Amino acid sequence: MDKTPGTHPVKPWTFDDYTNSYIRRAAATGIYDIRGGGAKRRVPHFDDLLFLGASMSRYPLEGYRERCDTSVELGTRFAKNPIKLDIPITIAGMSFGALSGQAKEALGRGANAAGTSTTTGDGGMTPEERGHSNQLVYQYLPSRYGMNPDDLRKADAIEIVVGQGAKPGGGGMLLGQKISDRVAEMRTLPKGIDQRSACRHPDWTGPDDLEIKIMELREITGWKVPVFIKIGGARPYFDTTLAIKAGADVVVLDGMQGGTAATQDVFIEHVGQPTLACIRPAVQALQELDMHRKAQLVISGGIRTGADVAKALALGADAVSIGTAALIALGDNDPALEEEYQKLGTTAGAYDDWHEGLDPAGITTQDPELAARLDPVAAGRRLANYLRVLTLEAQTIARACGKNHVLNLEPEDLCALTIEAAAMTGVPLAGTSWVPGAEGA
Amino acid sequence: MESLDLKTLELRAINATLQAEGDGSNKSFKITNPLGSHAIAVGLDAPIEVNVHGSTGYYCAGMNKQATVNVLGSVGPGVAENMMSGKVVIEGDASQYAGATAHGGLLVIKGNASSRCGISMQGIDIVVHGNIGHMSAFMAQAGNLVVLGDAGDALGDSLYEAHIFVRGDVKSLGADCVEKEMRMEHLDTLKRLLDEAGAEAEPSEFRRYGSARTLYNFDIDNAGAY
Repeated sequence: MDKTPGTHPVKPWTFDDYTNSYIRRAAATGIYDIRGGGAKRRVPHFDDLLFLGASMSRYPLEGYRERCDTSVELGTRFAKNPIKLDIPITIAGMSFGALSGQAKEALGRGANAAGTSTTTGDGGMTPEERGHSNQLVYQYLPSRYGMNPDDLRKADAIEIVVGQGAKPGGGGMLLGQKISDRVAEMRTLPKGIDQRSACRHPDWTGPDDLEIKIMELREITGWKVPVFIKIGGARPYFDTTLAIKAGADVVVLDGMQGGTAATQDVFIEHVGQPTLACIRPAVQALQELDMHRKAQLVISGGIRTGADVAKALALGADAVSIGTAALIALGDNDPALEEEYQKLGTTAGAYDDWHEGLDPAGITTQDPELAARLDPVAAGRRLANYLRVLTLEAQTIARACGKNHVLNLEPEDLCALTIEAAAMTGVPLAGTSWVPGAEGA
Repeated sequence: MESLDLKTLELRAINATLQAEGDGSNKSFKITNPLGSHAIAVGLDAPIEVNVHGSTGYYCAGMNKQATVNVLGSVGPGVAENMMSGKVVIEGDASQYAGATAHGGLLVIKGNASSRCGISMQGIDIVVHGNIGHMSAFMAQAGNLVVLGDAGDALGDSLYEAHIFVRGDVKSLGADCVEKEMRMEHLDTLKRLLDEAGAEAEPSEFRRYGSARTLYNFDIDNAGAY
């Protein structure tokens, strides 16, 4: 039989299987997709940098013998009582409401054991959270749900949230199915309704107002605790400059890989800059204001390993903050729960419907039965172990670079694997002295 | 009455003096020469009385608990923001965001209040003798906003469970805010608030506005309302 040879069927790159499923879902529902987590797309990241290590001209420190310090102080600019941490890794703001009480307790336990801080989220401070966190940062959010001066004075630091990496310029929505009696009471809203978290603060509109707002918060708390300003990775140079001019002790800068409890997928994937791209402009802003290492910079959004920690510090951060990675350490997206993830139409590693409150790991839920699955003591121990590994890894790299403190890491210790990473970070492309965009390049 | 002069004392010293008063205190203080300073009498937590002789800047009486703060002048933005309890009385006008996110207590503004009065209020009672500006009671969750004069555009936009009472004209209602039946319990509430605020008006002259509750759970059919 004569058959003319044909080419293989080709699926278009533009309309791949995922895109087609997106279109079919949109056509069936008429509403955009909401999910938790941060950007899932591949963007330039810390993997695109390498450390150079010691060599003929650099003198390494002896592993397991010579000390490499990891302690940091946050809030040394104005606060009487800066936060003193044993490690340069903090736990990012995540709310009771978005997370179960057990998960919040586990975060506190793990952070305490590792000598670091945790952070509240939208909805206020719970007594359990305060009780289980030796150092607690109290978020001051646009919604002001649960905000009160008593809790404000119990906090070890105040974090004014202007934005977050998953959705710079966006607010939030805690869907009705996660609004338990307690969550509703804390937020002064009826049970079961969707709770909108505003995208703008209700009583200030710009950096000049914010300066006065910070002054008010300091007057209420007696100028004792540091005031952080958290910004999403939108315009890191200008936003850092304005945050410092407004009087921040600490700038927390969250890139687009930073997670959220729930927002539109289109927002997460298409608004904001990668974490890697945000660091250099922020550090530059601090340096130009002569505030680098005087006001601290905390970087978040996709920190996973000790290498990521070390690279962020080498680029100029004073500390990093983790959210998604901390949840994974607690037990989120564990393959051991694969059967249950399959029932939810997903798979371990991809589960991101955190807003639905059906988390089989008992972390992103308010269902008492599901939440009870998470043992806060065991989960806290896992988080502490993970934090210790991150710290040990960062120390290992710092020693190899000859540094007796992880904050002594510097851009000169790095090279870039890609032109994009070199351009974003100001670090030379590996094997060259070329920094794209640099003067004379 | 202890006198505290902002011309001779730092703001920190004055606020520290006021904040040092405890639960049992019923002392009175007089603050002179406020000269538009910000954050005067913030974070108080005692049943003291503070009389501010002049006009203030931003956030006067912010996060107040228990105290009575009287301002014999006008106030800048965010007066009594996030107040928990107590009473704040403004003899003059108030700028934007008066009583923003406040949980309790009574805020009385004897003049007019600018835009976003009572924004995101969470239980406070606010009585404005004059008019209020646009977007007032935006996303207001709980409490009562009483206006003897007129209200600007988009009153009660995206309102939750707060009650709004207006005697004068309402330029326009915001999304999901509707006029509602005035029942006996509302008239009783109004009478109590008008009495406490020293306002001469009859509850029957007011109209009540509240949430239609159609935006409480996201519905794609409401997309046009956002």
